[in-house]
Amino acid sequence: MLKIKDLTKTFGGRVIIDKLSFDVPDSEILTIVGPSGAGKTTLLRCISGLEKIDAGGFYINDQKFDPYENSGNESVIGVVFQDFQLFPNLTVMDNVTLAPKLVLKKDVATVKKEALESFARLQLDGKEDLYPYQLSGGQKQRVAIARALAMHPQILCYDEPTSALDPELRGEVSKIIKGLKQDGMTQIVVTHDMDFANDVADKQLHVSPIK
Amino acid sequence: MFSLHYISEILPSLLSGTTMTLKIFCWTLIGALPIGMIFGLGLVSKFRPIRYILNFYVWLMRGTPLLLQLIFVFYGLPIVGIVFQRYDAALFAFILNYAAYFAEIFRGGLQSVDRGQYEAAKVLRLSYWQTIRKIVIPQVAKIVLPSIGNEVINLVKDSSLVYVIGIGDLLRAGNVASSRDVTLVPLLLVGIIYLLLTAICTYILRRIEKHFAYWR
Ligand SMILES: Nc1ncnc2c1ncn2[C@@H]1O[C@H](COP(=O)(O)OP(=O)(O)OP(=O)(O)O)[C@@H](O)[C@H]1O
Ligand SMILES: [Mg+2]
Repeated sequence: MLKIKDLTKTFGGRVIIDKLSFDVPDSEILTIVGPSGAGKTTLLRCISGLEKIDAGGFYINDQKFDPYENSGNESVIGVVFQDFQLFPNLTVMDNVTLAPKLVLKKDVATVKKEALESFARLQLDGKEDLYPYQLSGGQKQRVAIARALAMHPQILCYDEPTSALDPELRGEVSKIIKGLKQDGMTQIVVTHDMDFANDVADKQLHVSPIK
Repeated sequence: MFSLHYISEILPSLLSGTTMTLKIFCWTLIGALPIGMIFGLGLVSKFRPIRYILNFYVWLMRGTPLLLQLIFVFYGLPIVGIVFQRYDAALFAFILNYAAYFAEIFRGGLQSVDRGQYEAAKVLRLSYWQTIRKIVIPQVAKIVLPSIGNEVINLVKDSSLVYVIGIGDLLRAGNVASSRDVTLVPLLLVGIIYLLLTAICTYILRRIEKHFAYWR
């Protein structure tokens, strides 16, 4: 279980997140909703260690954990970025296997095998030798998911997973997210798409801008 | 005088001049490219003093003529007791000068890599150097290649500036023959050889650019 206690984040003296506390039970899906500028992306960036927080703390199974300073090789938080941020100079296969190879020091055969299994369930089979520019938006997103999963994170976060996609693909994304939940993945989904949020959420967190 | 016989007579000296030109060209690239790359990383580093020092260096090297730098190193520095051989002076000035241009090009390339790429690498727990090696350098290489190519072509021609410190390069060989024999032929040949050299460089650079064309 991920517990967040009294999280406070400011930018240049302006408070963006003010003493926010919530928790995410294992294998559940938390959706974070709220208007533009409410600090949803900022919150995800704090959780994933991309922003230093001003106060408060993160606890995983009651163990304090600092995503910003975390220097171990273990991946605790995986992130699917709003604009995916696939590495354009690497093939789909290399995008997914780069970190397991370099960081987890797994052998090539194992990571490739894992990646191919992941591609099969994300309907990416046959795409492994393509480069990101050769993929559709939905395919890029699924590669981004595969890349995050390859590090076996305890929690997977998504920033606006439906915003870059055609509306018809929303159903696909929610199917993937629910499928990962069946496998026991804990997930945090930021969105301002209420229908989508209601569809996937076990728990919902509303955030609003601080005056 | 525009005879095959005359040409074959002066060709050996022109070719030995070409060898000197190529030596300066190659050593300058071998020295200036890695230094420029490291200085480029320094120009975007978070550490302010490094940025200030490197910006000053780039400003100095790009803001003054290469010719002045050559003269300064070879004729100027001995006045304060620092003596270089001609050839060493030429390489020293050329490498320092070209490293500044390359550093500025690499700085631009590094800055055009999306911040999100570093963040994606960070959440995947790649180290700084792993990120630089596997993600940043390949992307920067592709971005900077055309500008580096321009400088490489410039270098072929700039190398003729070593003339001023008395190095026997291609231009000097041509000029010596031309004034000795009172004919334009050596100078025309020199022009043709420079054209050939730049054409070869252009061809090689195109091939390298093509090599990087497998992704966008
Ligand atoms: N690096 C930063 N420096 C200063 N202010 C920032 C920075 N990043 C975000 N902010 C501010 O924090 C506030 C919250 O931004 P954030 O991107 O988290 O909102 P959001 O809820 O994700 O909005 P949206 O739904 O539009 O994506 C905004 O007012 C924004 O201007
Ligand atoms: Mg946002």
